[in-house]
Amino acid sequence: MSVKAATSGAGSATRAVEPIDTRVASLRAIYIIWYRDILRYWRDRWRLVASLAQPLLFLVVFGSGLSSALGRGALFGAGGFTYIQFMYPGIIGMAILFTAIFGAMSIVWDREFGFLKEVLVAPIDRSAVAIGKALGGTTQAMIQGLILLVLAPFVGVKINLLTIVELLPLAAVLAFGLSCFGVALASTMKSLQGFQVVMNFLMMPMFFLSGALFPLTNLPGWMTVLTRLDPASYGIDPLRRVALSESAPSALVERFALTINNHVLPIPLEAGVMLAFGALMLGIAVMMFQRRD
Amino acid sequence: MTVERMSGSEAVIEATGLVKRYGQVEAVRGIDLEVSHGEIFGFLGPNGAGKSTTISILCTLLTPTAGTARVAGIDVMQDPARVRQRIGLVFQDPSLDDVLTGRENLEFHAFIYSVPAGERARRIDEMLALLQLTERAGSQVKTYSGGMKRRLEIARGMLHQPEILFLDEPTLGLDPQTRQSIWIHLKELRATKGITIFMTTHYMDEAEYCDRIAIIDRGKIVALGTPDELKARVGGDVVTITSSRADEAAVEIKELLGVVPVRDNGSLRMEVPDAKVFVPRLVRELKAPVDTVTLRRPSLDDVFLKLTGHAIRDEEAGTKDQMRAMASRWMGRRR
Repeated sequence: MSVKAATSGAGSATRAVEPIDTRVASLRAIYIIWYRDILRYWRDRWRLVASLAQPLLFLVVFGSGLSSALGRGALFGAGGFTYIQFMYPGIIGMAILFTAIFGAMSIVWDREFGFLKEVLVAPIDRSAVAIGKALGGTTQAMIQGLILLVLAPFVGVKINLLTIVELLPLAAVLAFGLSCFGVALASTMKSLQGFQVVMNFLMMPMFFLSGALFPLTNLPGWMTVLTRLDPASYGIDPLRRVALSESAPSALVERFALTINNHVLPIPLEAGVMLAFGALMLGIAVMMFQRRD
Repeated sequence: MTVERMSGSEAVIEATGLVKRYGQVEAVRGIDLEVSHGEIFGFLGPNGAGKSTTISILCTLLTPTAGTARVAGIDVMQDPARVRQRIGLVFQDPSLDDVLTGRENLEFHAFIYSVPAGERARRIDEMLALLQLTERAGSQVKTYSGGMKRRLEIARGMLHQPEILFLDEPTLGLDPQTRQSIWIHLKELRATKGITIFMTTHYMDEAEYCDRIAIIDRGKIVALGTPDELKARVGGDVVTITSSRADEAAVEIKELLGVVPVRDNGSLRMEVPDAKVFVPRLVRELKAPVDTVTLRRPSLDDVFLKLTGHAIRDEEAGTKDQMRAMASRWMGRRR
C-alpha cells in the first residue's frame, strides 16, 4: 500500500500543472457557454414555436384590426401605406426584445437548478460567463427575429437581399444590447421570484415605449421623454427604416423616424447608442458576477 | 524513503483554525485537519453541523472568517483559481444540465476546465466507461436515474484530472443499493487514479468505507481517526434493552450494575466490557421488566452518541432528504 501511495505521489509531483493561457481559456469558455445555449434552444423546439405565436398574434389580430380602423387616418392610408406595414418591423423588434432578455435571463434558471454553480466554480474569469450568455441571447434573438422575415410578403412589405444584408447587423445590435441588459438583470437576481416583476415593470413598458406599435412622434411631452429614454427605441427605429425602404417612399418613412428635438437621428448613431447601452450593461453584469460570496 | 513520504510531508489538505461566522451564528468554530495523499477522508456529522461550510471553504467557494487552509499545496485564500484547477467537485445539490446529454455535460466541463482539445474525447470516454455510463451517454440527463446523475457528476469532477475529489453528501437521497455502488466507484477511482477523496456524509454506515473520519458536531471536530480507532473508543460491546418501565430500569442498572445507560428513543443503550457476562446478570438482577435485549459490536453511531451525547437522527434526516429529492425531481421535470 505504501508503495502505491509513493508511486502515485511521485506521479502527481512530476505532473506539473501546465500553465493555462487565461485569454484562450476565457474564449473557450465563452464559446461553450454560447454553444450550450444554442443547443438548448434547438432542442427545445416547443419554445421556438411558442415564442413565434405571440408576434403572429400581434400581426394578424392586432395589426389587421388596427389597419382597418386607421385606414383613413392622417398617418396611415396615404399612398396605400397601412398600419400593418408600419407595425411589421416593430413586431420583429418585439420578437428580438423578448427573446434576447429571456434568453439571457436563463441564468436565473441555471442558478435555480444548480447548473450555474458548475460554471461559477470553474477556473475561468467570470466575465466569460456574462459574455457567453449575452452572445447566446443575441444569437437566439436574431434567429427568432429573422424567421419573421418570411412573413414580409403577407403583410405587403418588400424585402430584397440587400435589405436583409442591411437588417442583419441592425438586428444583431438590438439583440446584443438587450441581451446584455438581460444578463445584467439576471446577475442581480438570486431567485425566480423577481422574474414576474421584471416582466411587468421593465419588459412590458420597454416594449410599449419602444415605438414597436406606434410612431414616436407627436406624443405628450412626458411620453416623448420616456420613449427617448427607452434603449429599445434606438434599436427598433433603424430596423423599421431599413425594412420599409423598398415598400414606401423615403419621405413617408422619415415621418415615423425617431427624432430628438425634431432632428431625425442617423442610423449609425442609433446603432451606436444601442451598442453603448449593451457595453454598459455587460460591464455591470461582469462586475456583479465577479463578486465572491 | 517511502516511509518519509508517507508521514506528514504529503498532506494535500491542511486546515488550521477555520472559523466561519454568519452574523451571530458560528457555523464552523475552529477546525484543524490534515489529509494525506491517496486517503479517503470522511467528514461525518448531522445536518447543520458545519460539514458543508467546511468543505465549501476548502473548495474556495466560501471565504473563512478566520483561519487558513492549503489545498494541493496552494492557499485557498490567495489563489482560489489555481486550487479549483486541481480539485474536482461534486456538489450536494444537482448541478447538471438535464436538457443536454451525459456526454454533452462532460464536454461542457472539459471546455471550461481547459482540458486539451486532443484529450477531450479520450478522457470523456474513459470516465464514462469507468462510471458505467457509456451506454446512456447519448441520452438527455433528464432521463437518468438519481444514481446515474450522481455518477455523471463524479465523472465530470474527475475529467480535468484533479488531485483531490471533494464530494458533499454524494449519496444523499439515494437508495442503499445505489449508495453502495457509488462507493464501489469511488474506491475504484482511488485505486486507478491515485486521487485523494474528501467527502461529507451523515450516513454512519458510509463512514466505514473511509480510511479516516473526522466527526463534527456543532462546528467542531469531536473525534478524528480510523473507523477502528474510533470504535475502540467505545470499548467492548454495546447492549441495548427496551423496557416498558424504562426509567425504573435505568436507575436499577446504574445502582445494581454500575453502568450508566444512555436513553435513546425509549431504549437504553450501554457499553460494557464483556456482554457475555453482563447480559445474564442484567436479566437476573433487574426488577423492571426487560422486553428485548440486543447486543452488538460498536458502530460509528455509538461513537457519535458517546462523543456528542446525542444520536445522529437518521430517520429525521431521511424524511427531509426524501422531500428534497422529490422536490428536485419535480422541479427538474418542469424545466
